[in-house]
Amino acid sequence: MKNIISERVADFLKKYPPFNELHEKDLLLLSQEVTIVHRDKGQVVFSGGETAHPHFYVVHKGAVELRNEGNNEVIDLCDEGDIFGLRPLLAREEYILQAKAYEESILYAIPIETFKPYTQTYEEIGNFLIESFASNTRSPYAKMKAEQVAVAIGGDQTLDQSSRMLDFQPISFTKKPVCCKPKTTAKEVAEIMTSKKVGSVLVVEDKLPLGIITDKDLRNNIVTGKLPVTAEASKIMSSPVITYPANLTVTQAQMAMMKAGISHLCLTEDGTPDSRIVGVISKNDLIVALGNNPSVLIKAVKRATKVKQVKAAHKGIMRLLQGYLDNNIPMSITLKIISELNDACVKQLIHICLEKMHAPPPVPFAWLAMGSQGRREQLLKTDQDNAIIYQDTEPGKEEATQNYFLKFASKVNKALQQLGYEYCPAEMMASNSNWCMSLMAWKSTVSGWISNPGKEQVLLSSIFFDYNTVYGDTKLADQLSQHIFEATKDYPNFFYHLAEGALQNPSPSGFFRDFLVEQDGAHKDFFDLKRRALMPLTDAARVLILSQHIKSISGTVERYEKMAELEENNRELYLSCSYATKALLKFRAKQGMLHHDSGRFIALNTLTKEEKIKLKRTFKTIKEIQTLIAVRFKVSNKVV
Amino acid sequence: MNKTSFSRFFYRLWRSITEAYSDDLYQDPWKFEYVVLDTETTGFDYYTDRILCIGALKLREDRINVNDCLEIYLEQQHYNRDSTEVHGILKNEGKDCLGEKEAMIKLINYIGDAIIVAHHTRFDMTMINKALKRQGLPTLKNRTLDTSKMYRKTLIASPLLKKKPSYSLDELADKFNLSKKDRHTALGDAYITALAFIRIVKILRKKYLNLTVMDLM
Repeated sequence: MKNIISERVADFLKKYPPFNELHEKDLLLLSQEVTIVHRDKGQVVFSGGETAHPHFYVVHKGAVELRNEGNNEVIDLCDEGDIFGLRPLLAREEYILQAKAYEESILYAIPIETFKPYTQTYEEIGNFLIESFASNTRSPYAKMKAEQVAVAIGGDQTLDQSSRMLDFQPISFTKKPVCCKPKTTAKEVAEIMTSKKVGSVLVVEDKLPLGIITDKDLRNNIVTGKLPVTAEASKIMSSPVITYPANLTVTQAQMAMMKAGISHLCLTEDGTPDSRIVGVISKNDLIVALGNNPSVLIKAVKRATKVKQVKAAHKGIMRLLQGYLDNNIPMSITLKIISELNDACVKQLIHICLEKMHAPPPVPFAWLAMGSQGRREQLLKTDQDNAIIYQDTEPGKEEATQNYFLKFASKVNKALQQLGYEYCPAEMMASNSNWCMSLMAWKSTVSGWISNPGKEQVLLSSIFFDYNTVYGDTKLADQLSQHIFEATKDYPNFFYHLAEGALQNPSPSGFFRDFLVEQDGAHKDFFDLKRRALMPLTDAARVLILSQHIKSISGTVERYEKMAELEENNRELYLSCSYATKALLKFRAKQGMLHHDSGRFIALNTLTKEEKIKLKRTFKTIKEIQTLIAVRFKVSNKVV
Repeated sequence: MNKTSFSRFFYRLWRSITEAYSDDLYQDPWKFEYVVLDTETTGFDYYTDRILCIGALKLREDRINVNDCLEIYLEQQHYNRDSTEVHGILKNEGKDCLGEKEAMIKLINYIGDAIIVAHHTRFDMTMINKALKRQGLPTLKNRTLDTSKMYRKTLIASPLLKKKPSYSLDELADKFNLSKKDRHTALGDAYITALAFIRIVKILRKKYLNLTVMDLM
């Protein structure tokens, strides 16, 4: 029976092959037979060796990872509109690969029995399915070729499994290339390139490519003075253009560029210069696809005009992180680069959301990242913690201003969620009116927290020492933390409560130096790395550095290094705290990458003996720093 | 042992005694079948307003079968101009409409023994039960769950977060990033409610060790 849900399913399917080939009537009938399946992140759709389902699947929302369980190799990542699980349609066999939700996903399960007749009546559909099935099954020959290519382009060791898998994926390219007419002047071409932030312009007549102008052509012809800036495009372009068909894979594109010694390929309908242009692949697109260069990633982020593009770049960042962890790059460098890249992503998202607002912000504002992102210790995606401070407004405009920023913040929060940062379950987000206020309102709220005798409130104010202004006016946040700093002078209890807070986390090991695992809840028998090991260290660092009246350092590692400088007699302890923090952060990132989660909860039985020893070594340091704090701030009633 | 884990202990004890009964709600939520429904009405008065349209779908675990959905339009005598602007349903707008009695019989046959899930369930249940009574039919005795209340359980306690007593469907759609394109059509709302329900159950499963239907109430 036709209903509103089946209509929506049809609306979606008709955008993607092979369903776009179906007549509307058939598509509507098929859509009515679909089953909608929800999969949480990490939930399995089917496993290798499992009996075939009576369906195959289309990703409606989210992404699904296809993995060879034998060698744990990721074969493919299916995005919106991609189909997978085709094996039962073509052969009555068990599944070979495992399909697992890479992020929260909604899938359409298409019943094979209903669909099969269409593969015969529509020739295109049959061909499409066979091709996409074949491209997911890699022959040994294909693998060998990939390794040869890896050697040819410099034997880069970071070309790991996931990027090798990319070799056979179609490359994503600029679908609407920047073009100009043969009569456009060189000056105008340069202006176009600057405003569109591109390195090449196609010279086009009647939708056919005549030539291409790159930075190099401008340099060789114009800057050298050979031709005036008024020269026509047709005089300075490189011609003829080297053209290829659009279904080029990463490997083919690499080969083509190397062969011709060029950095841009023009894609046309049939691969010859006599057919219509469909896009351009630049060396940049290629490197972005390979995702192993931070500066290229930054560029990709900054060029993004849509949340989806930022998301694609963010996946590259995660691949980069994996490479760093695999190659034992020093943690302080990894932290710096990855948090810089994460910041760039958030900044770009904010920029995109700001463009979407119908008016510019009424007053200057600052977007603050709090918690681990604020301390620049965030390697993996965790919950969002953010806030907005805006400049005080004229009387009478308070409500309108707050409404503007709340509306803006909910756009940013939503975009961040799309990127993979879950909403904060405590709603500590800028779209909550408690976390989106003018400077004056913030000051009075925070003063209230500090003068309050309750410990909870004092701890809330401490978040304003672990922040990072991701976007906007940095002075606003500085003014606020300066205000808190001065306010604390009148309340000596402040440091006592902070120190008490730093000691309230449960300790990591028991009397016999065994791991203490969680006793209850869904994570029973898991070790809580964040609460039992990392938080004691970050909390201790915060209270120590604040009691030295230093507020400009927000990273835990840097805080301990500064303390080591300031207190000669405790130097060694502080340095080992800094080392332990780095070791734990790395441990968490590795665990998180392995299980594709935040890395917080660790199943102890999956650790090797060596890893356990490494972890335990940090516990001794944690105990020592907790003792120091208990003594220094006279928190005596706590057993450490 | 704190108060909650103490009472959970007695739950468990009581559970082990009553395990034999088949309608025992201290069982995994996915052991039950759910009917997620939504009604569009001419207004909010239980006595004078009438149901315009009912949308319902069946949920088995986290799966929705598109072909097994229910969309019933009802013939109207009573007509309230204000609410048609919200729902966009005009009186007999060319759909095949059923009389109230026929519609209600179709609905109760569809629901069967399933647990009913809705957003602000009390409103939908009262509207349906009033219609059943008018037609001399027995009222629904099914167990019910309400996503507007269930959502609160996913939020954590914080001194700054004041939980609202209930949350609107729009708020849930925003939180779970669900498309609001078909808001204010009965089946469209039921679909959003169903996805929110699945999401909430999965979140709560991470929070509670052995989640049961009782934890959702």
